[in-house]
Amino acid sequence: MSSNTVMPVAPAAGSTAASTQPAEASGLAVAAARAAGGAGSREDRARRTGEVILSVENVSLSFGGVRAISDVSFDIRKGEIRAIIGPNGAGKTSMLNVINGFYFPQQGVITFKGEKRREMRPYFAASSGISRTFQNVALFKGMSTLDNMMAGRTLKMQRGILWQALRFGPAVNEEMRHREVVEKLIDFLEIQHIRKVPVGKLPYGLQKRVELGRALAMEPELLLLDEPMAGMNLEEKEDMSRFIITINQHLGTTIALIEHDMGVVMDLSDRVVVLEYGRKIADGTPDQVKADPKVIDAYLGVSH
Amino acid sequence: MNAGQPQANPDTVPKLLVRNAQVFATRSAFREKTLGIWQTWTWSEVLEEVRALALGLQALGLGKGDTVAIIGDNRPHLYWTFTAAQSLGAIPVPLYQDSVADEMAYVLDHAEVRFAVVEDQEQTDKLLSIADRLPRLARIVYHDPRGLEDYDPDRLTSIEALQKTGRAKLAADPGAAAAWMAGVEAGKGADVSVMLYTSGTTGRPKGVMLTHDNVVISGRNANIFDRFTPEDTMIAYLPMAWVGDHIFSYGQAFAGGLTVCCPESPETAIDDRREIGPSYFFAPPRVFETMLTQIMVRMEDAGAIKKGMFHYFLKVARRAGENVLDGKPVGLVDRMLYGLGDLLVYAPLRNRIGFSNLRVAYTAGEAIGPELFSFFRSLGINLKQLYGQTEASVFITLQPDGEVFPETVGKPGPDVQIRIEEGTGEVLFKSPGVFHKYFKNDEATAATKTAEGWVRTGDAGFIDAKGHLRIIDRAKDVGRLNSGALFAPKYVENRLKFYPEVKEAVVFGNGRDFATAFINIDLVSVGNWAERNNVIYASYQELAANPQVKDMILKRVEEMNRSLAGEPLVSGSQVTRFLILHKELDADDGELTRTQKVRRGFIADRYGALITALYDGSRQAHISVEVTYEDGRKGKIEGDVDIVDVPTFPSTAATLKEAAE
Repeated sequence: MSSNTVMPVAPAAGSTAASTQPAEASGLAVAAARAAGGAGSREDRARRTGEVILSVENVSLSFGGVRAISDVSFDIRKGEIRAIIGPNGAGKTSMLNVINGFYFPQQGVITFKGEKRREMRPYFAASSGISRTFQNVALFKGMSTLDNMMAGRTLKMQRGILWQALRFGPAVNEEMRHREVVEKLIDFLEIQHIRKVPVGKLPYGLQKRVELGRALAMEPELLLLDEPMAGMNLEEKEDMSRFIITINQHLGTTIALIEHDMGVVMDLSDRVVVLEYGRKIADGTPDQVKADPKVIDAYLGVSH
Repeated sequence: MNAGQPQANPDTVPKLLVRNAQVFATRSAFREKTLGIWQTWTWSEVLEEVRALALGLQALGLGKGDTVAIIGDNRPHLYWTFTAAQSLGAIPVPLYQDSVADEMAYVLDHAEVRFAVVEDQEQTDKLLSIADRLPRLARIVYHDPRGLEDYDPDRLTSIEALQKTGRAKLAADPGAAAAWMAGVEAGKGADVSVMLYTSGTTGRPKGVMLTHDNVVISGRNANIFDRFTPEDTMIAYLPMAWVGDHIFSYGQAFAGGLTVCCPESPETAIDDRREIGPSYFFAPPRVFETMLTQIMVRMEDAGAIKKGMFHYFLKVARRAGENVLDGKPVGLVDRMLYGLGDLLVYAPLRNRIGFSNLRVAYTAGEAIGPELFSFFRSLGINLKQLYGQTEASVFITLQPDGEVFPETVGKPGPDVQIRIEEGTGEVLFKSPGVFHKYFKNDEATAATKTAEGWVRTGDAGFIDAKGHLRIIDRAKDVGRLNSGALFAPKYVENRLKFYPEVKEAVVFGNGRDFATAFINIDLVSVGNWAERNNVIYASYQELAANPQVKDMILKRVEEMNRSLAGEPLVSGSQVTRFLILHKELDADDGELTRTQKVRRGFIADRYGALITALYDGSRQAHISVEVTYEDGRKGKIEGDVDIVDVPTFPSTAATLKEAAE
């Protein structure tokens, strides 16, 4: 198999979903889902996932002579949780940066919501519906949780800076609307008690939650999470996993995440893409990926 | 609000609500912080909410005599569920929201609960996990729908949906409101209004049945005692299953039209308190302790000027504060300094902890350290103690304004009579709050309630010269020395533990010639002292064996003995010999309960050799005990322990000797 073979994947099933898979593959998947009984939650969720929201085709990215990503293709379907995994230096974060427009690949095409991506500022990616969190928390440390999350609403602000500065009439009404969205997120993430605490004073696990809140405040269609559980203890991981599932199921947000905790990845995601040295070595459901000899080699080393 | 003085005294809580909706119609009744904003319901709005909820519950099949479990944090909707159930003649049974499912199963089964009204998914999950053991439980009603979207709708209903049903019924049937009202009117004061399960340190929890008379009259009396009016506000943050919250935030609030504020979440309670600025506040001693620690820790981080100012005015407060609060004479200079201190330190501090509008604060539940108590009082916070229990609808004794002594729990409340039983010293009371009976446990009822209506508290105490009640110990723990003098181990242990250097104390003496004590030093406090005084130590054991530490503890015990000598009844309990244990008492070794209470019997067995040494006059004893490390390994700690003699003092208070006989 070449490194960019796409495996047939279950989430293509479903009558309402507009499948982009070839007819046979789709039929196979339906059969597979039926064979599995189709009762588990993952299958239920798979049926809800629909058309491709973002596709990455033959993307290569290099910095000078260093190839960070070479010839990687995969797609993300609407409503799914898609994990990108791989050993250190595999190019996962670079991939995320390519997706949200921070880097522009030298080769290859990125299509988001049916539109080919041109070179652009991340700002436009954000306003077109992609938001993200960072591997190292990137919040405004001196600002409160509430202000950080309100900052996430900046793109949705209609009134200009003058109105906002005057804080008068329509600008106040607008702020109240935004505040309501943010307050609902604060309630959802259970961070009422730190609403007014400067973020720099918070423990790491809570900062990550605030960052997630800020990303959600943008009401994204595609949410990119770069190691959302790095450095967390078991309880915090459980909380975060619960939030991710709820965001996916009840807000219907498509999620792409990078994570090192394999237990979390395998439990949360619908499909997993595995990178190694900038190349894709596997792509499929968690079970398929787990059984893939190349993945096992990449993680455990090859015996010679 | 003179226009609407209530004509008659309603005798049930739903009737109180109907009255409040007329008399205090537009006054705020409940507040809850949601989405960061305080939402307010007036009394007339509450009536509407309760009626809709009641009709919804009725449609679900709730009727007279049924029991409804209520589980969750303090939420207006859950308080309204009490009234809604009561208006139908049903009996609400609040459960502690942090109990594990197994503990709940017993209470739910024992109380024969048919419906459970819960706050959220967490509680729902717990109930569903034990549902197969509860065949009577027909339906779970929840308040917060989050996470419950995918649950079986045949078993779950939301409060919102119930209220919708209720409102639809009211709209469709013009007689519905009147029928509900007739149900409310039919309620009597003697009806059982609520069932509260006591947490039960021994054996299974017991369901204490309180009548409407109990709750309403106790609430009303307490309002009279501290002159509460509808202007008063409180914050409800203690478990609803606890009798205190039920009487304060429900009985008193409904009886007096007070405003009850529910925090956004338990974590935000402190900030919410600051925003609300309650005028009436209750907290167990440990809450005040945490508050004090936080204040002190934060002051350590303050700049030199602020710190200096803080400590200077704290000294002034210690000198004059309590007298100012009690309206006693204070010298002109001190009064002026205190006024200045109030401006610069005390008022900002009170604001910081949310006590700016505070008129009355109570603490109860366990002994409060006199220094802690005085600290808050000297800042102008009217902190008082009360003594009560579930069986009394809380109030037995309260400290009246201006008559606050840290060592007493106050005078009998309005309409309360107390009596000290001859011989055992047990406190008995009779009051309008005396519970109806224990649910399905007549044996326990008979053991607690005498034929004449006196209730045994299980506590031993005495009435002092000022007419105040002083509790010394659990009656069953009180023993006698060979001299015949009363021996109250817990009382002495608490006195010792008030010293910051003493972490734990175990006192022996029942059936002996004199009292002796094991002491655990407090590693934080003594360790801090060691650091400042260049005393080098590597472990608890080493520090405990330090002669300077021994002298320090000796001074404390002597100090306590001197003060015990001034107290009748317990002057015989002065500690004659003590030793500092070579290891910390630990729940892992079975020496403490999980709630950090001393297991006296177990310790007496385990350290038998030391007790012998305490009484046979030896200067030193060798001890070796097995310990369990955190990872489960076992090991041995052994060492030689010095035994210290302490001077005792002749009793200076023989006045109340007859009470001890």
